[in-house]
Amino acid sequence: MVPLSWYLILGAVLFVVGIAGVLLRRNVLIVLLSLELMLNSVNINLVAFSHFFGDFRGQIIAIFVIAITAAEVAVALGVLVALVRNKATLEVDEVTIMKG
Amino acid sequence: MEQAFFLLIATVAVGAGIMVVAARNPTHSAMALMVCFVQVAAVFLLLRSPILAVIQMFVYVGAVIILFLFVIMMLDVQAEARTRFLKKGVTVTIVGICLLGGEMLALLLGSDLLFAQSANLLPDQMSSVGGLGEILFTEYLFPFEVASVILLTALVGAIILTRQAEEGR
Repeated sequence: MVPLSWYLILGAVLFVVGIAGVLLRRNVLIVLLSLELMLNSVNINLVAFSHFFGDFRGQIIAIFVIAITAAEVAVALGVLVALVRNKATLEVDEVTIMKG
Repeated sequence: MEQAFFLLIATVAVGAGIMVVAARNPTHSAMALMVCFVQVAAVFLLLRSPILAVIQMFVYVGAVIILFLFVIMMLDVQAEARTRFLKKGVTVTIVGICLLGGEMLALLLGSDLLFAQSANLLPDQMSSVGGLGEILFTEYLFPFEVASVILLTALVGAIILTRQAEEGR
């Protein structure tokens, strides 16, 4: 029997690794991949609580998170392809069209 | 036994996650992320939710990573791999990330109340997919439909985004 805290610590560690990827790397592809990693770590938390509290709702929220992630990846990669065609760069620092 | 499996899975998952961030080539990052997703599916199996493990394998490993690999294949990643690795001024960011990670771990390790509460429950009665489907298709039917509309919108949006870029040339 694995204690609940182990799952939560695994989720927290993966989340921090994902944040490091989003904040430190310059390649927009790596930023998107790290975003996926963060969403997955949140899913681990949801399913762990669902299992340990005996409630299905955590798993249902995790299923919704997965569905929305699929939509997000499709749109994000479409934006990325359009961006690379217009700008020919993959670096997040050089995408300043909207003065962000 | 289960704890040993968990430790093995967690070690591989964290190692693959660090590979995602540290790899210079985006292809290697995507492959490392695939390894990490398989480990997360194994964690879902340890948590007795087989349907989520299957969805994880189908959606993430089967669809998302393959989509990423297709986009990486279409783009020129070799030029990108030669450029500078990190952003400018990373020390503040690294300190912030370390603070955040330490805070999360301290909160998790220090919260005895939560774990004392969850230790009393009997978690072994909900490995059935039927109960999950029953709640999903009755109580959560409206969010389910909304999710399908969101997926359709994303599909149309992705097609329109890439087509406009082609016509603009």
